[in-house]
Amino acid sequence: MRTSARVFWTGFALHFKNLSASPFMMMTAAVWPLVYATLAFLMFRATDQAPSLLYAALGAAVMGIWSTTATSAGGAIQQQRWWGVLELLVAAPTRLILVLAPVTVAISGIGVYSIVSTLLWGRLLFGVPIQIEHLLLFAVSIPVAVLSIGLLGLVLASTFVLYRSASSLSQALEYPIWTITGMLIPLSLLPGWIGPIAWVLAPTWGMEAVRNSALGGDVLKPLLLCIGLSLAYTVLSMLLLHHFERLARERATLSLT
Amino acid sequence: MIEAIDLRRTYRTTTGVVRRKPLEVEAVRGISFSVEQGELFGLLGPNGAGKTTTIKMLITLLLPTSGQAKVLGHDVVEDAREIRRRIGYVFGGDRGLYERLSAYDNLRYFAELYGVSGKAQRLRIDEVLELVGLKGREGERVEGFSRGMRQRLHIARGILHDPEVVFLDEPTIGVDPVGARELRETIGDLIAAGKTVLLTTHYMFEADALCDRIAVIAKGQIVGEGTPEQLKDNVTGGRVTEIEVFGVDDPTVARLRGIHGVTSVLVEDRDQAQLLVVQTSGEREVTAPLLAELGELEVGRVSSREPTLEDAYVSLVTAE
Repeated sequence: MRTSARVFWTGFALHFKNLSASPFMMMTAAVWPLVYATLAFLMFRATDQAPSLLYAALGAAVMGIWSTTATSAGGAIQQQRWWGVLELLVAAPTRLILVLAPVTVAISGIGVYSIVSTLLWGRLLFGVPIQIEHLLLFAVSIPVAVLSIGLLGLVLASTFVLYRSASSLSQALEYPIWTITGMLIPLSLLPGWIGPIAWVLAPTWGMEAVRNSALGGDVLKPLLLCIGLSLAYTVLSMLLLHHFERLARERATLSLT
Repeated sequence: MIEAIDLRRTYRTTTGVVRRKPLEVEAVRGISFSVEQGELFGLLGPNGAGKTTTIKMLITLLLPTSGQAKVLGHDVVEDAREIRRRIGYVFGGDRGLYERLSAYDNLRYFAELYGVSGKAQRLRIDEVLELVGLKGREGERVEGFSRGMRQRLHIARGILHDPEVVFLDEPTIGVDPVGARELRETIGDLIAAGKTVLLTTHYMFEADALCDRIAVIAKGQIVGEGTPEQLKDNVTGGRVTEIEVFGVDDPTVARLRGIHGVTSVLVEDRDQAQLLVVQTSGEREVTAPLLAELGELEVGRVSSREPTLEDAYVSLVTAE
């Protein structure tokens, strides 16, 4: 267990460092969410019934994390393939989940830059007050939400080990996921049938935990649900990776040639 | 240490854009060989011969279509994880490293993946950097490394966990002559350190200089096996005739191959001319019949010489 945690942490630190050295990733993580945030602030300002501007700021920030993950998790696996590293990672004796989970979690981790940039943008341009109700719970909710998004990215990325062009699939999921997890629009405003889909998506609860810790409300329940679903994603990814690794060895899809 | 028995691998792909047709390519067609402890065994063959496919089956990245292979007594299909723990894999070329990170970061990550952790990690990284001659450069980003330096870093990565068997897939490809010589010295050091090495290459002189035994592979099959001396012996006694000719066509080359005593004919393009490298068995003189078959074609320089090891290799890989 300790060894696994060490491998995960070393991998996370390395990939985080590697991604932070990429101007494109930094641009995606820090600047892109500002567009979401600006639209959200203008929309929320235009109506009296909208939640607070901090609600919009946090939503836009988490949207930024998800967008980075959706557009880059698949690309990251493909990039490992391009760099010729994917084969070396698979050839290592470490379980594939401990090799790939740090990649996708590091990508969602890069999204943390979006939280900082969005809150600063909101504060400086729109005068959004940054008042956090439960600072400690907020500090816990952020990494849990980031981790849950990274692990949802891992479920998607698992298929990329096998399918070389599957990254387009995760990009197609970018908008639907941030819509149905209530990142920007409250779930109560969406049709009822979306509810069950939203409940099995960990980012729904991660978002709720982040918002409730900042604006007030129950934090523990969404936090625990988010952690529970993240664990389920981990188990699902393990099963998928075990299956897809064997298929990839059979179909020779680990390398480019 | 390594054993392959009738190993086969078929790739399934498709052709066409609109109407896709399934296509099967037999990359490896029944290969058998074994490598003993402490031996440096070479798989020598031209591009596309099946060398990399063979090595990838042995390092558990590809499943064989049929046949069996064992590394350190473990089956490559069933015991992949145990094999991965005890082998090292190095391939040639620019890829396979995190460019934006330092050499040290690259090594540290792979040390972790191979279970080298804690204090042992720093010591081992220092050791391998020393071995491959990169000590003092470990803090630099890989993107600034030359191809030779990258290749040495690849070797350092491959032996970090002190594996018993090291697989080297064309490690000197694209490296300049000085860098390639240094790499060959490093490979020699691995053998001196007691490792078993399986090396693939398409450079005859490299296999000759390094390997205890060589298997020549062509079109997915082993066409010759033995020590470099045994392979050379296969061609002693024959002759090689080289003829510079202008505008030779395939039917003419086919007729040359049909001349009694001719074992192979290789055509090398030389600007507007072609060089015919004709190997013959025994001491039979074939210059006259060869020139007769060339007929009206313009012929340049004609020479005859003793065959070399490279001729033995060419003879094996071009034989029908």
